[in-house]
Amino acid sequence: MDHLLDICGLRIETRRGGGKAMLLDKVDLSVKKGQSFGIVGESGCGKSITANALMQLLPYPLRVSDGTARYQSLNGEKELLSLPAEEIRGLRGREIAMIFQEPMTSLDPIFTVEYQMFEALSFHNKRIGKREMHERALEMLRSVKIPRPEQTLRSYPHLISGGQLQRVMIAMAMLNNPRLLIADEPTTALDVTIQAQILELMNGLKAANGTSIIMITHDLGVIAETCEEVAVFYAGQVVEQAPAAELFHNTAHPYTEGLLRAVTSLDGDRADMGRSTSQSEAEAPHQNELYTIPGMVPPGGEWSSGCRFRDRCDRAAPRCAEALPALCEIAPGHLCRCFRTGEEVEAR
Amino acid sequence: MSEPLLSVRNLKTYFPIKSGLLRKTVGYVHAVEDISFDVNDREVLAIVGESGCGKSTAGSSILRLIEPTGGNIVFDGADIRALTPEEMRVKRRDMQFIFQNPYGSLNPRMNVRALLSEPLRVHFNLSEAQTREQVDEMLELVGMTPDQLTRYPHQFSGGQKQRVSIARALISRPRFVVADEPVSALDVSIQAQILNLLMRLQRDMRLSMIFISHDLNVVRHISANVCVMYLGRIMEQGNTALVYDRPLHPYTQALLSAVPSRDPLLKKRHIALEGDVPNPANPPDGCPFHTRCARAKPLCSQKIPEPVTAEEGHVVACHLYDK
Repeated sequence: MDHLLDICGLRIETRRGGGKAMLLDKVDLSVKKGQSFGIVGESGCGKSITANALMQLLPYPLRVSDGTARYQSLNGEKELLSLPAEEIRGLRGREIAMIFQEPMTSLDPIFTVEYQMFEALSFHNKRIGKREMHERALEMLRSVKIPRPEQTLRSYPHLISGGQLQRVMIAMAMLNNPRLLIADEPTTALDVTIQAQILELMNGLKAANGTSIIMITHDLGVIAETCEEVAVFYAGQVVEQAPAAELFHNTAHPYTEGLLRAVTSLDGDRADMGRSTSQSEAEAPHQNELYTIPGMVPPGGEWSSGCRFRDRCDRAAPRCAEALPALCEIAPGHLCRCFRTGEEVEAR
Repeated sequence: MSEPLLSVRNLKTYFPIKSGLLRKTVGYVHAVEDISFDVNDREVLAIVGESGCGKSTAGSSILRLIEPTGGNIVFDGADIRALTPEEMRVKRRDMQFIFQNPYGSLNPRMNVRALLSEPLRVHFNLSEAQTREQVDEMLELVGMTPDQLTRYPHQFSGGQKQRVSIARALISRPRFVVADEPVSALDVSIQAQILNLLMRLQRDMRLSMIFISHDLNVVRHISANVCVMYLGRIMEQGNTALVYDRPLHPYTQALLSAVPSRDPLLKKRHIALEGDVPNPANPPDGCPFHTRCARAKPLCSQKIPEPVTAEEGHVVACHLYDK
């Protein structure tokens, strides 16, 4: 499979108290054509700003300080981060579309859905007529299974429920048949039954149109349902990256393992996929105590030297404070940023 | 079994819809429609449902933070709805509430010591030294350090703020707490810490608790019994293990199947629910779920199903199980 997007050495920094603070530190990612790529992490780990940087939507004073993002557009390779405003506007909403977390706030309340869908169409296609736009919009709303598409088109956003609005957002994003869809927490604000509908819809659209998807979420369940490749972010870095099945079954990084174990799961009493059950039972003082990652997520830019997870890691060693572990390949296609796993591979 | 600590019967809470120049009441939102349940001493009962199903309203109604429209609430032998405001204020020493959003429920102008002393001042007549002692003790129980007492809410992270909220709710040593989505606003790794804290305190302080949540994973872990709500009604209730292992109501089945599996190799079969939750101001006739139910019969759109005991400790309101 060809690569659609290659992010290389992406760094994002902000100004803070006269100095600079690093929010994203040397992130390398590549998304293949037709692939769904998951980015998972807790708040403040840099997953949303990565997406916004790709679309040149970083809010001031955040800025990209280093790195490239090579995107294979229909008209040859483009470097997204340094693309002139004119050109990036031509890509946004056409080749690369984005869905945001809050459908209630990402549509303009003073315009009808129809008006806003027409805007997305006519911006990229100056010669399109009203009737054609109407048909395209209707067809798109039908494909996302909106019950009364005609009525929805004439409605203002406040008349539509959250789940339906997210469908409208997806329909709008898919209007120009994009090649890459960036979904930033698309289901976080929605109920589980609606979430299941939306995820199924996105899986269906990907299968039908071959759209690549970058799925940003904090929910490992959403990742498991939709993604082929997953990158786990922590403190502005990728700490683990692997195909989804590999990541969930051969979890390597202590942080990923903690995330998996910290939440109960309907599949079993505890999601003990990463480690053997006996060990966790011995550690747990009470029978139904949940596993926790001690401490808290460090605020953006205030990271300890050495391994950034070491303060919360139950297997930290003195050397973890001395140097930052590199992202090593521990199995084919499985990358992990931890001294321990790196050594296990060398010992083999 | 002895008398339950809290017994709720046919609780109803309606909100008027006002319209027109004279703000005439044109209808009611039936937020909570005829729900009944018991909470035993030291038991955790979960109320689970999607947004707008009335679970938070139900929790607030029990403590009369929202005045219920009808029904009976008996707590520890006292009829809660018959109490005067002054009596209710005294009663709240035993009945407390933990709010969802710690960002909004702590006064930003009070530091932690002031926040924690306030309930003691309201409910007890303690000396300065005794208050200090109690505050220090509670602070330790929720896993915070004394140097944090002089800090203000904005200086804390979400998880720490939720610890303060919990301490504030529990410092008057209540016997019963309603926790309304106490971990929903928190990061995954912090959620587990707060849940463990809540479970430990529930055990150590011998609390009864109503735990309101939309997160089915969390509910399974924390509660002994569960009520599944939809459009203001309880669709299914019973022992958590029974309800999760053998969900009877089509809604509960759909809800459980919608939870993403955490194993990419194990593709779950979803029971697809079409459409959205109907408007609670204009609920459908008959069973509230029949508009989205795949197994609806003609009877379902005419008659509201009565709760049926399907097995010991497992009650379902669905015509499929009519005797």
